[in-house]
Amino acid sequence: MSKLELTRRGLLRTGAVAGAGLAMPTVFASRASAFTNEPKGGVVTLGFTIPLTGPYADEGNDELKAFQLAVKHLNGEGDGGMLSTFSSKTLTGAGILGKKVAFVSGDTQTKPDTARATAKSMIEKDGAVMISGCSSSAEAVALQSLCQEAGLIYMVGLSHSNDTTGKDKKRNGFRHFFNAYMSAAALAPVLKDMYGADRAAYHLTADYTWGWTQQASMQAATEAIGWKTVANVLTPLASTDFSSYIAPVLNSGADVLILNHYGANMVNSLTQAVQFGLKDKMVNGKQFQIVVPLISELMAKGAGPNIRDIPGSSNWNWKLQDAGTKAFVQSYGKEYGAPPSQAAQTCYAQVLLYADAVARAKSFNPCAVVEALEGYKFDGLGNGPTEYRAADHQCFKDCLVVKGKDKPDNEFDTLEIVQVTPTAQVTYAPDNKMFAGGDLGQCNPGA
Amino acid sequence: MDALILQTLNGLDKGSAYALIALGLTLIFGTLGVVNFAHGTLFMIGAFCAVTLQRLLSLSQVTIDPTKKDFLGNALKVKTPYIEAWFGKDAGAAIVNWSVPLSILLAIPVMLVVGFVMERGLIKHFYKRPHADQILVTFGLAIVLQEVIKYYFGANPIPTAAPTDFAGSIDFGVWMGFPPNDIIYPYWRMVYFLFSVVVIGAVFAFLQFTTFGMVVRAGMADRETVGLLGINIDRRFTIMFGIAAVVAGTAGAMYTPINSPAFTMGMNFLVLSFVVVVVGGMGSLPGAVLSGFLLGILESYASMNWIKDVIPGIDQIIIYVIAIIVLLTRPRGLMGRKGVMED
Repeated sequence: MSKLELTRRGLLRTGAVAGAGLAMPTVFASRASAFTNEPKGGVVTLGFTIPLTGPYADEGNDELKAFQLAVKHLNGEGDGGMLSTFSSKTLTGAGILGKKVAFVSGDTQTKPDTARATAKSMIEKDGAVMISGCSSSAEAVALQSLCQEAGLIYMVGLSHSNDTTGKDKKRNGFRHFFNAYMSAAALAPVLKDMYGADRAAYHLTADYTWGWTQQASMQAATEAIGWKTVANVLTPLASTDFSSYIAPVLNSGADVLILNHYGANMVNSLTQAVQFGLKDKMVNGKQFQIVVPLISELMAKGAGPNIRDIPGSSNWNWKLQDAGTKAFVQSYGKEYGAPPSQAAQTCYAQVLLYADAVARAKSFNPCAVVEALEGYKFDGLGNGPTEYRAADHQCFKDCLVVKGKDKPDNEFDTLEIVQVTPTAQVTYAPDNKMFAGGDLGQCNPGA
Repeated sequence: MDALILQTLNGLDKGSAYALIALGLTLIFGTLGVVNFAHGTLFMIGAFCAVTLQRLLSLSQVTIDPTKKDFLGNALKVKTPYIEAWFGKDAGAAIVNWSVPLSILLAIPVMLVVGFVMERGLIKHFYKRPHADQILVTFGLAIVLQEVIKYYFGANPIPTAAPTDFAGSIDFGVWMGFPPNDIIYPYWRMVYFLFSVVVIGAVFAFLQFTTFGMVVRAGMADRETVGLLGINIDRRFTIMFGIAAVVAGTAGAMYTPINSPAFTMGMNFLVLSFVVVVVGGMGSLPGAVLSGFLLGILESYASMNWIKDVIPGIDQIIIYVIAIIVLLTRPRGLMGRKGVMED
């Protein structure tokens, strides 16, 4: 008869091993596959993390519609959208690598911790092989980090902070959307033409990663054209009443207000700035001006007449006349009765780019997908010739300077394109100081 | 100096909202002894009365204009509000334009019914229960009502415009001898402040100069004695609950052009309003009003850049700092009465 000998040392060793095993998240413990959530059977599941509530909820709702449309087109339903204009012809409407595409979606509430929890659940419970979506860079940074740890590809949604492909970049993350540096580089010369070189700017800035980098980029770019910076005031992301932040602008000596706000934040701050008479004010002998560095169609709709004549930048606009844009607007417009926003376009493009990368790599393995996307050059997705730069996983393409349309023809006619800024003007070196401090690291396949 | 005047004005409209919510909270606490954590939700429901009326007035008939194209290249669908079809283009447009002030007419009966149902259906069962139970049940009710509004109206803020006559701003500085464009203040915020003064004045006049108000005040001071005189004080207190709901609801409806209504707005105001009530003194109506305006103005002062340079982040915590100071120096609040919540 065997006898169980229980020693103090043995108990401690066993306890430590068991504790470590229990403490390890299940996502890191699944070693049965070649990589995390390797699709088995005829279906592959994608996970879409979108903010359906919170200050960026409008964008989130549009992202979800775009994701649904992209999945539909990948599965051969509908009119195919941009599949027909995409320069790569690997996608034929037969799913991805012959597997039908399914998806799960979850509300991130525009909060990074909720986004992380939502994505974790998709990875661990739903078996998602890729995560995409977000409307705030704080979410993007959190999700990118999670996917790097878990061994999944993260196709960034609407994230505009320099940090996403700067100090927080990861090998498993890819951003199609442009960034704060690019906005400032495109916008500053146009601002000089519109308002002159002798201006004093007051910044109101959303107090998180995107706001900080947007403000820093705008300050650097406007100071380079001769503007002075009077003040930079940080505002909490959850703010809805900006009156107490706007009142000090009136007596600051500034003649330009730069609103580094997005979504409902920007709608509220702009509306209140106009209510306080800033648009009609004369300062330093000049007409006071308001600038919104990042403008979307959804924000313009929310701001109504207040957005008129206000300049900003966009990643894309449904009024562009290239074949990809026309196909996407037709497809999206027929499905939802309204033109798509830039958030919708970037998310739709990201799903197609992921699917195409898998098809070209002939594998869902994240490391094979990374290899297929790094340095990849493509066209036909609405932004003209584009490259996913290998050094930082940032897409380089033309971007737009827009302004609120003075006399809209209809409810969707909110923005007009002032200039299509060529890629060369917004391109920067990978070691640019605004993007310093990060390291892509190694690709992580998870299992 | 002009910056100080501007921030004072700014604080007045913030303080107006705080004072109106805190007034209702104090009325309910003073009469029924209930700590109503659902009171912010009443403010939010009032705001959505304005949204509802705006939507009802915007219901439109659709006609096709073959001479114009939509973004897909199809003939343009033109929406014409029924109200314009019924009353003529100008009169219809004017009614739609004035939907926010008109929504008070909708908010009053709606809030009376909501208040009555809330009090008779739920809160009356908790009169004799501990305050902790009251807080739990009313907080739960607030979450339920919030989710109902979210279900029907969505999670996003809904822009609700003031009448175009009040959409601009007033050059307040010129009145005070400052150069033009020095102190600009939006018309609607001024309207909101005046509205709050009228509502607060009406509530005080009602309590002070009517027999009903006299009985309610007597009941607030000594409920048992009033009951012994053969007066049904419970019925009057139920009506006061309805009046408090109407005050919160109309305050919410008129607030919509200042801040787009969202399902979270009630909760955003709730905590601040409780601080306002505590600072003013539990059960003190003048205390609630005084404290509302005082904290609104101090919050605005704290957002001035030179103050934030000295104490970063002070604008986010000033109200709580003031609350701590007041409670340390005057434990009953600014105008609190002895014996309230002290048993």
